[in-house]
Amino acid sequence: MIDLSCNIAGISFKNPIVMASGTFGFGREYSGFYDINKLGGFVGKGLTLHPKEGNNGTRMAETAAGMMNSIGLENPGIHAFLTQECAYWQSLDTVRIVNLGGGTLEDYRTGAELIQEHEQSVRKETGRSSIDMIELNISCPNVKEGGMAFGIQTDAARHVVRAVRNKTNLPLIVKLSPGAENLAEMAIMCEHEGADALSLINTISAMKIDIRKRKSVFEHGYAGLSGPAIKPIALRMVHQVAHAVTLPILGMGGITTAEDVIEFIMAGADAVQVGTANFINLRTGPDLIEGVTAWMEQEGVQSLDEIRGIIKLI
Amino acid sequence: MAKVISNMHLNEKVGLLEVECDRGGRPGQFYMLRAWDTYPLLPRPISIFDCTDHSIRFLYLVVGEGTRRLYQLRAGDNLTLEGPFGNGFPELSGKIALIGGGIGIAPFYYAAKNYENADVFLGFSDQPYLVEEFKQVSSSVTVNVGGTILDTLSFSDYDHVIACGPEGMLKAVQAKQAAEQTTASVYVSLENKMACGVGACLACSTKHTTGRKKTCTDGPVFRAEEVSFV
Repeated sequence: MIDLSCNIAGISFKNPIVMASGTFGFGREYSGFYDINKLGGFVGKGLTLHPKEGNNGTRMAETAAGMMNSIGLENPGIHAFLTQECAYWQSLDTVRIVNLGGGTLEDYRTGAELIQEHEQSVRKETGRSSIDMIELNISCPNVKEGGMAFGIQTDAARHVVRAVRNKTNLPLIVKLSPGAENLAEMAIMCEHEGADALSLINTISAMKIDIRKRKSVFEHGYAGLSGPAIKPIALRMVHQVAHAVTLPILGMGGITTAEDVIEFIMAGADAVQVGTANFINLRTGPDLIEGVTAWMEQEGVQSLDEIRGIIKLI
Repeated sequence: MAKVISNMHLNEKVGLLEVECDRGGRPGQFYMLRAWDTYPLLPRPISIFDCTDHSIRFLYLVVGEGTRRLYQLRAGDNLTLEGPFGNGFPELSGKIALIGGGIGIAPFYYAAKNYENADVFLGFSDQPYLVEEFKQVSSSVTVNVGGTILDTLSFSDYDHVIACGPEGMLKAVQAKQAAEQTTASVYVSLENKMACGVGACLACSTKHTTGRKKTCTDGPVFRAEEVSFV
């Protein structure tokens, strides 16, 4: 009997396929196309303490094997999310992860506190959960102030992770930036500060130029690159971090096929997050679950534990 | 997976693609089309030109790699299409003006078929196309080549006006609405880059007087006075 399940920070996932933040809305958007309860889990659109309009100008552009986005964390704010979406989240039977972003340390701290208090009261009143985990976004490359600096400098990141850790007992995933000055050091810091898991990588800061207008396509100059183009880089970084810490890892970056999922598991990921592929095929979730199952059957692999982290370097 | 029935080249940059599909849709809605494997990465949002019980026709302009691939399709080729997406045009009664500029004429063939009393205005910068087809679905088709189609009508002669076309034209629609101080309700159908089509990615979110709106799921049709063109 093939077993796709995995456990991350005490949370049980049916399978390792988790939809990545910013590509899956709050879940509802895809629920008309397939039963999203089939997924291992999903991460909601990145939330900030206050509503955020996001960036002006071009927000998305395609490039070879990838796409670039500069959405700028447009979101309704934590309060609106908690009051408008949580009841729906509570009705779901999959792992539900809030992605928490921010511009200042105080934003992160207060945001975490609100989520914690809300979830505590929901559980007390109804006996059921609506949020299973928090993913801390310290690495959004598309907001002018705050976020990105936290993701690059280990010391700056330490303050955020510590502040949020002190405000919530929900399992805490820290999402790492590929732009971190020292990725392994960043991962080790997260482990020391009490993170329960890591997710990586966020999009890679990149550029596209409109040669006719002779200026960058994006208003802020740079934008985040995702999609198959970044997969080899992401895979290397997941492998690197998996060898630096004992924390569970959700690997992501350009995963499009079942074979991509297997590569990330072999590199050391406990589960994967899938983002841009949702745009290529909106039924990517169930297709990947089916594809990974078929690969395991074909290879005689009963559990992903048999292949997890098997890639060692000489 | 769907099969191409035909792909008529109306000129060197405009094609009319007919695809087997029984999912239908309402005028003003769109589908996400993909007729390639790994490159380009994303499907393309294309509005419905016409629908039957068994097929959908899409009118498209070649602007980049995706639409260039669509242009190359032949009868019997396969493509994937998801949809219909978007809210489409509102239910309207009374006298309606449908104003299309360039490839913005695309949604108005099906719309003219569905509205009881719609006049069609088609603006082209160059050689017109599909004019005879439009005459089959509307008793009043006005064509303008090289000029401004908006100069050929007064909004105040209509109960409702719907426009689709380049941003410059839609800005002019707003200006005309204000200048005429018309009581007609005026709508615009927007075009925007999209990744998902289902309201998840926010790539197509733009400013409106009532806050940000997603072109895909809040639109693509909006009251003209609500749109904030930059």
